[in-house]
Amino acid sequence: MRPSRLPRHAMDASFWRDERVRAVAAQVLAFAAVVAVFAWLVTNTAANLDRLNIRLTLGFFDERAGFNILQTPIPYDNNSTYLRAFLVGLVNTLIVGVIGVILATILGFLVGIGRLSSNWLLARLATIYVETFRNIPLLLQLVFWAEAVLTLLPRAQQAIELPFGATLSVRGLYLPAPVAESALLWVGVAFLAGIAAAYLLGRWARGRQARTGQRFPAASVGLALIFGLPILTFLVLGRPLAWEPPVLQRFNFTGGIPIIPELAALVLGLVIYTAAFIAEVVRGGILAVPRGQIEAARAVGLSSGTTMRRVIIPQALRAIIPPLTNQYLNLIKNSSLAVAIGYPDLVGVFKNTVLNQTGRAIEVVAITMAVYLFISLAGSVFMNRFNARVAIRER
Amino acid sequence: MKNRMIAAGFGLCLPMVAIPASAQTLNDVQGRGYVQCGVHTGLFGFAEIGDDGEWHGFDVDYCRAIASAIFNDADAVRFTPLNATERFTALQSGEIDVLIRITTWTMTRDASLGLIFAGVNYYDGQSFLVPTELELTDAAGLDGGTVCVQTGTTTELNLADYFNSRGLTFEAVAFAERAEAVSAFEAGRCDAFTADASNLYSTRMTMVDPDAYVVLDERISKEPLGPAVRQDDIQWFNIVKWVHFALLNAEEFGITQANVAEMAESTNPEIMRLLGRDGTFGEMVGLSNDWAYNVIANVGNYGEIFDRNIGAGSPLGIERGLNALWTDGGIHYAPPVR
Repeated sequence: MRPSRLPRHAMDASFWRDERVRAVAAQVLAFAAVVAVFAWLVTNTAANLDRLNIRLTLGFFDERAGFNILQTPIPYDNNSTYLRAFLVGLVNTLIVGVIGVILATILGFLVGIGRLSSNWLLARLATIYVETFRNIPLLLQLVFWAEAVLTLLPRAQQAIELPFGATLSVRGLYLPAPVAESALLWVGVAFLAGIAAAYLLGRWARGRQARTGQRFPAASVGLALIFGLPILTFLVLGRPLAWEPPVLQRFNFTGGIPIIPELAALVLGLVIYTAAFIAEVVRGGILAVPRGQIEAARAVGLSSGTTMRRVIIPQALRAIIPPLTNQYLNLIKNSSLAVAIGYPDLVGVFKNTVLNQTGRAIEVVAITMAVYLFISLAGSVFMNRFNARVAIRER
Repeated sequence: MKNRMIAAGFGLCLPMVAIPASAQTLNDVQGRGYVQCGVHTGLFGFAEIGDDGEWHGFDVDYCRAIASAIFNDADAVRFTPLNATERFTALQSGEIDVLIRITTWTMTRDASLGLIFAGVNYYDGQSFLVPTELELTDAAGLDGGTVCVQTGTTTELNLADYFNSRGLTFEAVAFAERAEAVSAFEAGRCDAFTADASNLYSTRMTMVDPDAYVVLDERISKEPLGPAVRQDDIQWFNIVKWVHFALLNAEEFGITQANVAEMAESTNPEIMRLLGRDGTFGEMVGLSNDWAYNVIANVGNYGEIFDRNIGAGSPLGIERGLNALWTDGGIHYAPPVR
């Protein structure tokens, strides 16, 4: 708070003249008004609910849900409780969120860098992409993709046969289910050993570069270790893994791991929409890096790829991360449109079906909102931590 | 600071439902000059905006009947189109006076939602719309299939009950809106679309090739559809209930839109009481004594409403079946006016 610059006699005249008093008074009044409105809402709601004989309760969570859910990443059947149904919906929302965030980031970075490309065609295509997809309402895009996915795919009887017995049809992508034999454990061990070896290799390479200035391709050799060791073990042990392909019954495929078309359509729609915004964030971040930095990097002989990875991106990230966080949160919140195209997310399973079966509108809507709030706040906290790590450090 | 903001955020999640305190629905309706009626967002035959820009349909005519009983004006009604999940909240919050939206009367809805059903205006049952080429005779033939369904309906639970109780397997794809569910069904995502039979007849008519689809004869549930009102106003409940009974009684006595003026001269005591020539039955519920006369003169009796919108006189051509009067082999039976 800055000190008042008013002369002493003016302050004595009236306390209203004191900037500090006014500031505090305004805050107290605003706070009181918010509390009053809130109290009115709560008492009014409580009185009206009482008048209508509606009691708020969470007891319904223990009751049998009785309905089926299309995609159940955690064990669930119609005899499970509403709590279990809630969790299935939540996990389905998180699945879309995680896949969507990863893919939208990759696509967004590619398009954002593409817009800055000196290749005229590439830059124009990236611009058209951004301007098209960020200017059409997401719900329309989702309905479009759902319709497109369902129309393009053949009926189950004419399913497209893919390698390893996988099938693709309007009923979804059915992957063969892996049936593990006990020897498969060693493949896992080899995978962990690969990670450890890659880590040690990275440390050794950094140390050597610091001592001698010589570089070693630690990244590619490390990746080869992480994936090569388990693959080698797998082959040496005689492929201890069987595949159970999906089989077409009268209506549907059974067996195998289904990936439902609704998930594909939802992820497609969300990723394409969000990536358009991320591309602009990335472009802005890169443009925020002073031109002198790039010229200096080129002057000391770094290649254009190294310049991008070592000079531009680390500095651009500082400008990219905060707005990128917004886009991640938007993607997760937008995933609540899933129910429009039949994907069983939290809103579809809980806010629609559970709400209707139990009639507990207030409880269910309040919980749904709280869950989205919690996911968003948790996402913010995580991204803020990450931002603090990449933020500029004064030396 | 951050903790306080989080707490405030959670606080905002608390419900913000503002419900008007008045229990005098009739007074409110008369004061504003029209009935606010909650209907379907668009279901051919039941509630739909026609080419003339007016609402038409079976449920819509029930709204008009209530308006006629109060104002002797079938147009003294405004319609609020509602989807399945928002319909009860609209009624609870006072946004609408009466909900007439092919809504199934169930115990949960009567006992825990602060609302009450005023009768059954259509006896329905859940069925399946399937491609004709599957040559199915009953729903059990769908074992192992995929079914498209609209969420927020009793349909979803009946579907699960039917298959699970018989040890059959199925997958359900649940959509928020009926239009998306139907379009996915047409694209082959599902082997069947399930809903109340009335809804399926209506859906079939609006599909690209109606003849490629058939509604199964089997009914897997009881779906008594009827108008619902708030629990806190018995007078309004009685008005809605008795408008429904008046429509049924009128059909039973043969009183139609065309002959109601003539029938008013009848000496049959039952008809005299119904049409307000004898007694003060209208005044008992806060209306004028010729309330039922006005209803029939404006919208006709139950049979006329049925035929015009969904029955023999409409493209849907739904048979009366259970919805015939008890005197004609159906189960519509109205208590007497006396």
